[in-house]
Amino acid sequence: MSGSQDTEYAAVHMRDLHKIYTMGTQEVRALDGITTSFEKGSFWAIMGPSGSGKSTMLNLLGCLDRPTSGQYFLNGQDVSVLEDDELSDIRLKYLGFIFQSFNLIPQLTVEENIQLPLYYLGWDPEDSSERARELAARVGLEDRLDHRPNELSGGQQQRVAVARALANDPVFLLADEPTGNLDSHTGKEIMDLLSELNDQGKTIIMVTHEAEIASHATHQLHMRDGLVERTEGP
Amino acid sequence: MKRLRLLRDIHLGIKNLLLHKLRSLLTMMGVVFGVGSVIAMLAVGEGASKEALEQIRRMGSHNVIITAMKPTAEQSAANSRVRMSIYGLLYEDEGRIAAIPSVARTVPVKVILKQGRLGRRTMELRVMGTTASWFRLVRRPVLAGRVLSDEDQLRRGNVVVLTEHGARRLLATEASIGKFVLIGGEYFEVVGIVQSDSASEGAMQTPDQQTDAYIPLKVAKSRFGDVFSQRKDGTRIRELVQLHKMIVEVRSIDEVEGTAEAIEHMLKRFHKKQDYSLSVPLALLRQAEATKRTFNIVLGSIAGISLLVGGIGIMNIMLANVTERTREIGIRRAIGAKRRQIVMQFLIETVVLSMAGGGVGIGMGVLIPKMITRFAGMPTVVSASSLVLSVGISLSVGLVFGIYPALRAARLDPIEALRHE
Repeated sequence: MSGSQDTEYAAVHMRDLHKIYTMGTQEVRALDGITTSFEKGSFWAIMGPSGSGKSTMLNLLGCLDRPTSGQYFLNGQDVSVLEDDELSDIRLKYLGFIFQSFNLIPQLTVEENIQLPLYYLGWDPEDSSERARELAARVGLEDRLDHRPNELSGGQQQRVAVARALANDPVFLLADEPTGNLDSHTGKEIMDLLSELNDQGKTIIMVTHEAEIASHATHQLHMRDGLVERTEGP
Repeated sequence: MKRLRLLRDIHLGIKNLLLHKLRSLLTMMGVVFGVGSVIAMLAVGEGASKEALEQIRRMGSHNVIITAMKPTAEQSAANSRVRMSIYGLLYEDEGRIAAIPSVARTVPVKVILKQGRLGRRTMELRVMGTTASWFRLVRRPVLAGRVLSDEDQLRRGNVVVLTEHGARRLLATEASIGKFVLIGGEYFEVVGIVQSDSASEGAMQTPDQQTDAYIPLKVAKSRFGDVFSQRKDGTRIRELVQLHKMIVEVRSIDEVEGTAEAIEHMLKRFHKKQDYSLSVPLALLRQAEATKRTFNIVLGSIAGISLLVGGIGIMNIMLANVTERTREIGIRRAIGAKRRQIVMQFLIETVVLSMAGGGVGIGMGVLIPKMITRFAGMPTVVSASSLVLSVGISLSVGLVFGIYPALRAARLDPIEALRHE
C-alpha cells in the first residue's frame, strides 16, 4: 500500500480525517474524511470559501486540536492519538506558526520573542541568544533586536514572527493568512520571504483565501464542505 | 541548569509585574499591611506579656509571698488618735510555715523606715530586717563586699548591706565598705552592696523594689522593736507589726498551689482577722500566660483577616491579568508551552508579588513596634519566629490565591485563546 510510503516520506499525511462538532443538537461535520499528503520541501496553499473547513484543517495541522476520527501522521508519527502534553511537545519540536495578526508577545523584545520556542525547549540562554541573532539577520531585522513589537511596522512584526517560527527548525511552517493584516506591498515582501525559505528546503503549509497569495505556493489544495475538492501542483 | 531556569522565570515574572508598576504595587499593599500587622501585633503582644511574665518570674515561680495587710476595720480605728493597730505576720508564723513538708525555705522580712546618715548625707531609708536566706532566694549580683550571713544573725552584729539603690541615695561607693551608717541612732557597719533589681517601674513589684538596706532580722527586732510610730496630719499613727512579709519557697513547682492553700489554712487558725494577704506568682504567671494566649488568638485573627483580604486582592488582580493576557497564553501554548509551564509562569508572578509584599511588610512590621516603643513607651519584642512565620504566610498567600488564576490560565483552549482580542 502506498500509504505507508507516504507516511515515511511526507511531512504530513492525513488518512480519512474527520472532525465533527456538536452544536446543541446539530452536528457540524467540519472535516468529513480528508486523505492527503504534503511532501517534504513543498509549499502548499490551502484554499476554500469560509465554512469549507479551512480553519479546522489548520487547527488539526497545527496540533492544536484532535480529530474525531482518522489518522494524522506528522513526520511519520501518528499524532491523532496524543494527549495534551504530548501535543505541546510536538508543536514545540516540529511546528512553526505564522499568524495573520503576528501574535508577538508585546512585553518582550524582538530577540526575546524569537527566543520563546528555545526557552521552552530548554536552551541555554547564550546559545538561544546567538540563534535569535542569526534568525533576525535571516529576516533582515538584525538591527531591531532590542525593539518591542509595537515599535515595529506590520511587515517587520511578521518577519519577527517568521524568525520565531524558524527558531526550532520545524518540520514545516504553518501560516494562517500571513498577509491578511498587511498592505499588498509588504504582503508581497513576506510572501517572497516564504518562497525564499521554501527554496532553501523548508516545507510550508499556508491557509489563505486570496488566490494571488496562493499563487506563491507550489501546490494548492481546494476545500469545500469539509472535503478536498481538488489539488493543483506540478 | 534547573536553578538557573527558575531564576530566569522569576526574572521574567518580575519584568511582567513591572509592566504595570502601579497595579502591582497596589496589589502588593494587601500583603504588605497583612504581614506588617501580623508582625507588629505579635511584637506588641509579645512585649506586653514578656514584661508581665518577666516580673512575675522575678517574684519567683516557686514562691508564695505573704504580706502583712492592715484589716479594713483597723484602719478606721487607727484614725482615732492614739490607738495602736496590731496586725501582720507573727514571728511564730515562720516556724509554723517552715513545718509544712513541701516548704523548702522561709524568708521573714521586717520593714523599718528610719533616718540614715552616711558622712554628711542624710536620707529616709527603707530598711529590711531579714535573714541570710533572703540572699539565697532573691539572687542579685554582689557589687562590693558580701551579703548577710547566718553568723551575722547569731552574733547580732550591727551590719548593713546596701542595695545599689540605697547606696546611690547615700552616695556610698565601694570605698564605703567598712564605714558606718547611722540608722535610727545606731551605727551599722557597711559590709556589702548588692545590685538592685533592674526592672522598669511596672504594676508588679519585685520583693526588693525600693529597698535601701538590709540588716539582720534579730538586730532589727532588738534595736528598733516592733512598734512603728509616725506623726501624720496631726494624728499619731502607731502600729505593731512583727513581720511585714514572708517569702516561702516551695520545694517543687507542682506543690506551689497546694502549699499556698495549706499556708492559708494554717494562718486562718492563728489569725482572728484577715491581716495578711497571700500571693502566688505561679498563679499569676498561669493567668498571664492564658491572657497572652487569648491576646494572641485575637490579634492573630485580626491579622489573618487582613491577610485574607490581601490574598483576595491578589487573586482578583491575577484573574484580571489572566484575562488580559489570554492571547499571550494562546501564543505560548501554540508555540509548545505545556499547561504546567503556564501554571508556573502565573504562579511565579503571584508568589513574587506576595513575597515582595511580605518583604515590605516585614520592614513595616519591624518599624511599627519600634515607633510604638519610642512614642508610646510600650515594650515590644519582634521575635525571629514571627519573621519566619510571615515569610511562610506571604509565600502561602501567593500559592493559595495564585493557584486558581494560574490553573484557569492553563486550562484555556489555545485555539480560543488565540482568537481572543
